[in-house]
Amino acid sequence: MSSESRPRIPRTPDSVEAPTGTDSHGDDSLLLAGHNDPIPDPGLPEHEYRPTDVDPAMERRAERQVAGMFILASLLIVAFCVAYFAFSPSPTGQTFHGFALSNLTLGLTLGLAMLLIGVGVIQWAKKLMTDHEIVEYRHSAASTAEDRDEALVAFHQGAEESGFGRRALVRNSLIGSLALLGLPAVVMLRDLGPLPGNALSTTVWKKGIRVVNDVSGAPIKPQDVEIGQLINAEPALFFDEKNADGTVTPAAFAGTDLQVEKVKAAVIVVRMQPEDITPLPSRAGWGVQGILCYSKICTHVGCPISLWEQQTHHLLCPCHQSTFDLADNGKVLFGPAARPLPQLHIGTDKDGYLIAMSGFEEPVGPSFWERG
Amino acid sequence: MSTTTAKPVGASAGAGKAGGPVAWIDDRVGLGGVLKKQLRKVFPDHWSFMLGEIALWSFVILLLTGVFLTLWFKPSMDEVTYMGSYANLRGVSMSEAYASTLNLSFDVRGGLLMRQMHHWAANLFLASMTIHMLRVFFTGAFRKPRELNWLIGLGLLQLGIIEGFAGYSLPDDLLSGVGLRIASGLMLSIPVVGSYVSFFVFGGQFPGDIFISRLYTVHVLLVPGILLGLIGAHMLLLVYHKHTQWPGPGRTNNNVVGYPLMPVYMAKAGGYFFIVFGVTALMSALMQINPIWMYGPYDPSKVSAGSQPDWYMGWLEGALRIMPSWEIHAWGFTLSLNVLVPGVLLMGLLFTVLGAYPFIERWITGDNREHHLLDRPRNQPTRTAFGVAGITAYGLLWVAGGNDILATTFHLSIETITYVMRVMVFVGPVLAFIIARRWAIALQRHDRDTVLHGYETGVIVRSPTGAYSEIHAPVSPERAFILTAQENNQPLLLSSAEDGNGVPAPSQGKERIRARLSRFWYADDVSKPTGEELDEAAHHAHADSLDPASDRHLGIETGGQLGGDDFDLEQTGPRH
Repeated sequence: MSSESRPRIPRTPDSVEAPTGTDSHGDDSLLLAGHNDPIPDPGLPEHEYRPTDVDPAMERRAERQVAGMFILASLLIVAFCVAYFAFSPSPTGQTFHGFALSNLTLGLTLGLAMLLIGVGVIQWAKKLMTDHEIVEYRHSAASTAEDRDEALVAFHQGAEESGFGRRALVRNSLIGSLALLGLPAVVMLRDLGPLPGNALSTTVWKKGIRVVNDVSGAPIKPQDVEIGQLINAEPALFFDEKNADGTVTPAAFAGTDLQVEKVKAAVIVVRMQPEDITPLPSRAGWGVQGILCYSKICTHVGCPISLWEQQTHHLLCPCHQSTFDLADNGKVLFGPAARPLPQLHIGTDKDGYLIAMSGFEEPVGPSFWERG
Repeated sequence: MSTTTAKPVGASAGAGKAGGPVAWIDDRVGLGGVLKKQLRKVFPDHWSFMLGEIALWSFVILLLTGVFLTLWFKPSMDEVTYMGSYANLRGVSMSEAYASTLNLSFDVRGGLLMRQMHHWAANLFLASMTIHMLRVFFTGAFRKPRELNWLIGLGLLQLGIIEGFAGYSLPDDLLSGVGLRIASGLMLSIPVVGSYVSFFVFGGQFPGDIFISRLYTVHVLLVPGILLGLIGAHMLLLVYHKHTQWPGPGRTNNNVVGYPLMPVYMAKAGGYFFIVFGVTALMSALMQINPIWMYGPYDPSKVSAGSQPDWYMGWLEGALRIMPSWEIHAWGFTLSLNVLVPGVLLMGLLFTVLGAYPFIERWITGDNREHHLLDRPRNQPTRTAFGVAGITAYGLLWVAGGNDILATTFHLSIETITYVMRVMVFVGPVLAFIIARRWAIALQRHDRDTVLHGYETGVIVRSPTGAYSEIHAPVSPERAFILTAQENNQPLLLSSAEDGNGVPAPSQGKERIRARLSRFWYADDVSKPTGEELDEAAHHAHADSLDPASDRHLGIETGGQLGGDDFDLEQTGPRH
């Protein structure tokens, strides 16, 4: 809209434009009781003219402002393209006060360009577009009673002509067959996954498997573990093993299988003062010189636990803060976990390295219905 | 611009530049009938109506940036050895999903910007939907005829949460992997079928090798498709019902006052898209989000301390953290209430309550009329109090979700925080309810006083007798009208308890509960002043002003001058 075509002094002193469309009146049944009570509706306030409506200089200034923003945005869009080719996103690319220059320049140019376009358009709407408020009337959301009646008549006629109500045999057999269609939809999903079986209750641990460092795969000798130390450990099956003759036995698990077994088999090895430990009678010989081994998987929802408080023998889960006492059979001291950490019975093999003396006696990790 | 569309679109009448194309398209699809009504459709102006718009535009940004990301992201859990340009992880074995996300961040120009914009926009999407929903709740915009749109909105919020969590999980980094591990733990807690659910979802034991590609389809096709459909329905209903408006002079329950869609709202709303986009881009330029390269690939035996989910999962995380360790073992089965209640049932409870709320309120208040004028929250003290109680419960759970961060930041004991939260999560909402309700009622009373006695000018005068008093000045007629535009809420009365023969009505018990609830709902509300009370107050004010010893009010004439307003309450009436 060019500034010349618009009257400088507005058309009517009326604040309200004629309502649009053919509606000249709303649905009075929608009016709420007490609308004019106790103070009558003063009616729409008078339209107030903006400086840009009455002062041509202000109007031209607003025009320049808006166009200025659009032009600046155009320059920034070009700058975005330049930045795209100028800077590398690589971690070794240029930085500016710690910001990667590629991301910084692309984001700033694009962001400011978009912002300027948006602000410019809204400024245009607020300062230059006609700002007369207009009134539109509402009608009840419902259709008219006649329309509703006619629709119902049409529906009944259709229902009658179809015989849906009368022909019970046809109708019921159709409903029956359609209902059965739900079955294939469910049955087809059966192969989404195998049945759980006892997979949640078993781990790869069994008698004789060495307990090894989870990073290096190195076996652990009791004398190498200091009192108060915690070692994240895994079964030796997860690592390639060097044999005495120099050959290498590859790890028993790799890729997805390794991830799946790690979820259950990760353990921690801790050494405490033997006199601090208060084992259950059934677990009396489960450690080696104050070294105990527990599942690393929280019995709450399965996070790996690793925050170890040396002095108190407490192990804290970083996800939901369940706290277990490793000197007291992995008992839950605090937090949402309901069951103690499962303990692995360990001993040493003929070379003096820590090994499992059996598998876990109970399922590790979060509870599930058939766990018992 | 506006003149061309206001004229009928016909062969020659379609004057102006748009006439040609409009005629062409109208000859084929006959849009004239719709356009003539909708192009000048009126939308009312208020800042709070913009919140839903932020959600809409964030969704558009999510679609745009998301499409860009799909061009490089590989939704695969196959193990590869990373050889890209991020030196710290070179040679490390990781899933293709994680490797391709690293690639997007460090080897695709603009990839990091798009990733960060996608993540920021997702957080913004959920935040704006949540706040928009609160706006709708507190102003009563969910009332008839908009209950269905309230339900659609709730569906959008739930799907948004699922969509956000799915997207957060796709890169298969250590943080999101732990999140999925927790999700699998939640599934396992479902009674009877839990382990089956987990095995079917993950294609076997967690994490398996297929979940990321399944999740990818859910994230880029299934959920966005439903979101798009629901957003369309949400907007269509908005257009059909016409937007609600705040009460004000000339604004009634059967009209809508504002600016036309074309040109003003097209410009304002369209321009707003660019602003939301611009702000999201600036945030992504300056504020790092989800630096997955710092977390490393997912390894089930690793986790980092201080792990936090995205903000919208925080309240569930908090519930999971403060839930006592209740687990039932019976008949060879385990029921993990410690996981099931906060992790599965709580979300169901929240959305059930929210979904049922409009219908519960309508039953209690017995109000079956259409409402297009918004409530000021103070004029519905009980609803407002329920809303504040809900926010309090949500906020407390959210705070509990950061109990470890609070403990380390403020050197508090994590046990103390947790025990306090266990109590507060029940006590807090009750206190908030009571305070908010009384506060709203006090504000109602304040409105009533303002209409009757004017507002406090802050001008203190000393009377000849030495007494000090503050001058009250009447508010403008527009303001006075707004302050009395609400209806007086009346509790439902129990209709006659027995019929003519002394036989109790069949639905008596239900009605009795309803009447009692309605009394609880409305009985304490403050009524707006009546006409007589207004007259009396105005008269009183005049009398005061004539009495030099008065220390309460000064005359309307005096006050009028001070207040810059020549309105006299006694001459209340339409001015033109």
